[in-house]
Amino acid sequence: MSATSQQPLPVLAPEPDYLRAESGVWSWLGTKDHKRIALMFYVSVLLSLGLGGLFALALRTELLTPERTVMDAITYNRMFTLHGVVMVWLFLIPSIPTVFGNFVLPIMLGARDLAFPRLNLASFYLYVLGAVVTLGSLVAGGVDTGWTFYPPYANSTPLAVEPVVIGIFILGMSSIFTAINFIVTVHTLRAEGMTWMRMPLFVWAIYGTSIIMLLATPVLGLALLLVGLDHGLHLGLFDPGVGGDPVLFQHLFWFYSHPAVYIMILPAMGVISEVVPTFAQRRPSSYTLIAISTLGIAFVGFLTWGHHMFVAGMSEFDAGVFGILSMFVAIFSAIKVFTWTASLYRGSIHFNTPLLYFFGFLFLFTFGGMTGVAVATQSLDVHWHDTYFVVAHFHFIMVGGSLTAFLAAAHYWFPKMFGRMYSERMGLLSATAVFIGFNLTFLPQFLLGNAGMPRRYYSYPPEYQWLNVLSTGGAWLLGASLLVSLGHLVISLKWGEKAGPNPWHSRSFEWLTSSPPIQHNFPETPRLDYSPYDYTLSEEEAAARAAARGQEGPVPIGALETATLPSRTSPTDARLPRE
Amino acid sequence: MTGTMASHAGQMLADPAVTADGGWFNEALRRILFLPAQGTTLAADIDHLHYFVILTTMAGATLITILGGLLVFKYRRPSVDGGIQRERPAPKPPLWLEVMVISFLLGLFCLWWMIGFRQYVRIRVPPTDTMDVYVTAKQWMWKFAYPDGHHTIAKLYVPAGRPVKLIMTSRDVIHSFYVREFRVKQDVLPGRYTTLWFTAHTPGTYRILCAEYCGAGHSTMRGEVVVLSPADHTRWLSSGGEGAEPQPGRGWLPGRSGDRKTQAALQAPGLAGPSYVPPATVDEFNPREPLDPVLTGQLVAAEQGCLRCHTLDGTPHIGPTWAGLYRSVVPLAGGGTVVADEAYLTESMMDPLARLHAGYPPVMPTYFGILEPGQTAAIVELIKSLRDAHPPPAPAEPAIPIIPEGPGATGARRPSPAPSRGAETP
Repeated sequence: MSATSQQPLPVLAPEPDYLRAESGVWSWLGTKDHKRIALMFYVSVLLSLGLGGLFALALRTELLTPERTVMDAITYNRMFTLHGVVMVWLFLIPSIPTVFGNFVLPIMLGARDLAFPRLNLASFYLYVLGAVVTLGSLVAGGVDTGWTFYPPYANSTPLAVEPVVIGIFILGMSSIFTAINFIVTVHTLRAEGMTWMRMPLFVWAIYGTSIIMLLATPVLGLALLLVGLDHGLHLGLFDPGVGGDPVLFQHLFWFYSHPAVYIMILPAMGVISEVVPTFAQRRPSSYTLIAISTLGIAFVGFLTWGHHMFVAGMSEFDAGVFGILSMFVAIFSAIKVFTWTASLYRGSIHFNTPLLYFFGFLFLFTFGGMTGVAVATQSLDVHWHDTYFVVAHFHFIMVGGSLTAFLAAAHYWFPKMFGRMYSERMGLLSATAVFIGFNLTFLPQFLLGNAGMPRRYYSYPPEYQWLNVLSTGGAWLLGASLLVSLGHLVISLKWGEKAGPNPWHSRSFEWLTSSPPIQHNFPETPRLDYSPYDYTLSEEEAAARAAARGQEGPVPIGALETATLPSRTSPTDARLPRE
Repeated sequence: MTGTMASHAGQMLADPAVTADGGWFNEALRRILFLPAQGTTLAADIDHLHYFVILTTMAGATLITILGGLLVFKYRRPSVDGGIQRERPAPKPPLWLEVMVISFLLGLFCLWWMIGFRQYVRIRVPPTDTMDVYVTAKQWMWKFAYPDGHHTIAKLYVPAGRPVKLIMTSRDVIHSFYVREFRVKQDVLPGRYTTLWFTAHTPGTYRILCAEYCGAGHSTMRGEVVVLSPADHTRWLSSGGEGAEPQPGRGWLPGRSGDRKTQAALQAPGLAGPSYVPPATVDEFNPREPLDPVLTGQLVAAEQGCLRCHTLDGTPHIGPTWAGLYRSVVPLAGGGTVVADEAYLTESMMDPLARLHAGYPPVMPTYFGILEPGQTAAIVELIKSLRDAHPPPAPAEPAIPIIPEGPGATGARRPSPAPSRGAETP
């Protein structure tokens, strides 16, 4: 262990980076390196996003006209089912945790890897297996139940329900493996000096997400397995014809699927909580509030599932309880929104692509979230339930929130993951296009919902047509801008400028190591006994502290945040010596 | 009893203020937000909460984004590398501000919840003096049974100004009864009864939509609520559905007498809302002429929902097209063939699964007890009249290819060269 404490960490790293450390196909397929597994997940979830997006475009194209445009009703029904299944289970739920969580979480904690590297790899292969089995239903004839699998329709439909249900069950196992891994890692592998309240907020978000995954996914697996058994063996658990109860399934399903919404949005919030302090160059206006509200969402999110069933035949009392609990969840989200915005106050803000995505997120998530409160208002929900208003609402959260944050993360961590910078101009351009395309797609759907167009409609009354045409146009624009985003990132992989270890001048811990990180993340386990948002430290001071392992006793939290340090005058001083 | 209540409601209806509830402000917001007309006593109240919630939502999202934009502009860094001013301990918002903002929001949300919940209870709990109608949903139609024993399909006849309670169940999967103008929706479940109530205040025709996904025909599982003025409704009731001449609405079970009743049935529906042409409708029909059996058949087919699945021009759809069907050789699902004569056509209406046309899903409901003999005969006559209407050449594939059609299926449906024996039947 070196005592040359003034040496910043990445400078003398002799180890090759993780991309070059080993070569050959097997070095990827059999890797236990969390960074390589993250990249394999990256490719897989992007493929899923592309597939789900193609389904979405086909659906929107069909909806150009009130009657048949390009496909028949059954094909349409199969397609929206697969769009939902692919987007929810193959993209949104795994996306940020398995890609960016896998990549940066251990580095943020100062760990060499996740607690269970093999389990991590198993999680990836389960994901692939689950994806193949789920999509195998296409070969087996397709499923037209919708991603919600409501019985008794799901029992009566002659199509291939079983492969999808089994596929999702396997994907659920993959989620659980990932969740266990993250939870154990956070508990056991934090570097010296890192207390719970010094963890980066992204780690908090992934931790909260993992808890939900661990607790809710088994219920989904159970419920879907029962649907599969009901469908295949005619057990009649949910079939009223033989004494079953279809509403029971809805309870079980939403007991998972409402928390699943938070599985999708919490990591997105975590990304935003990293992006804002970095680009504002100041600490979040309240670290504690963001961390607490993360856990608050994870907890209260379990108690609100009934608001999906206000018109399904539940009692008025139940509806009232689920309604008020839904309001509380919204408060936690509101706290986060205010905290992020307040974090811009008296910052030193540089407007990069991730921050532009943050702005998109801010508007879309706030609007989407508040429409969520609106649909949790019972009397209004009676009109809106199962209309396009709900569709627009959850796409605002899922696409406007999660996908936007995914793109923010893709740009924000791009230099760290690949060691190169993307083109800022293309980034800003595509982010703007994504925002416009998104709004053009989904704002008309709010109006369609207000006008009363039910969802999952293959043909619709003609007065809804022009809004649908608008929405379809927006969908094409959105699809094109996503392609542009992908394209410019791929081009930057090869031709982008080389990035230094810390191009954003962040104080968060993943930027302490080189870009791309060396195979074992840090040459020596760093000592992380300061806040990742402590911008009173210069980058050198931060790096020096991180390297000062075993030098001094524990430093109390906050001691450095209040310390006055000499301010820097030369801008070049802020860079690491390596540049 | 019905009469007095109805006439009372009728006086209420004469007042235009009831329909234009809330004045121009309400009306302007309703149009801006694309909300349908307010067809019940509750709808206007619900919409007021709607305006409150949605306007706050839009204002909130816009304000927070503008605030963020202003902050970014004010505290922007001059250039990429220049002047990273490292902060001195970053300012925290004062505690009182945090507490105030959060309490305000919590208060706002709780207010929404309180109003919303009260209204929800009003939507859900029917008054005691309702007129009850039993509703049966099935893939993909609505059936309504009235207290006096009548029943109608797809059309629900109710009086204006009187609370109506629907007691609903489903024969197969979950459906959801939704009338936009009434702002009511209720899932209809198999194996249990759910209820829904409303008081429509304006005579007219309101579309029923199925809101819970129920399969291939989900989006065409439509119907209409025909709100009659109390006087019309009394007349409709006292005639037992026959001979009534409801002015805005339609008669029910038409085709028996073929006179002015059917004439009314063919008028465009809507007093309320945009005019709606059902997917399967009868056109080019002059109701002033006496009805012949074929025209009656068209009318019955449209009224009973046959045309939701069957087409008249050879277009592939959920059920076999009727064009060229008569006397064609039909391949059966269980193997073998049958000539589609009057007996087979009638059997298929009464017991559809007995000998199922190969290549089509077993989804047709029975019309036993629903179609009267005359109506059955009229439909058979209609199919016979379409004998020489050839299907359009080479449709690439059936519209609903649950099972691929057998190779000989299209050819087998061509009319046989044998002369028609059917002209003299039934």
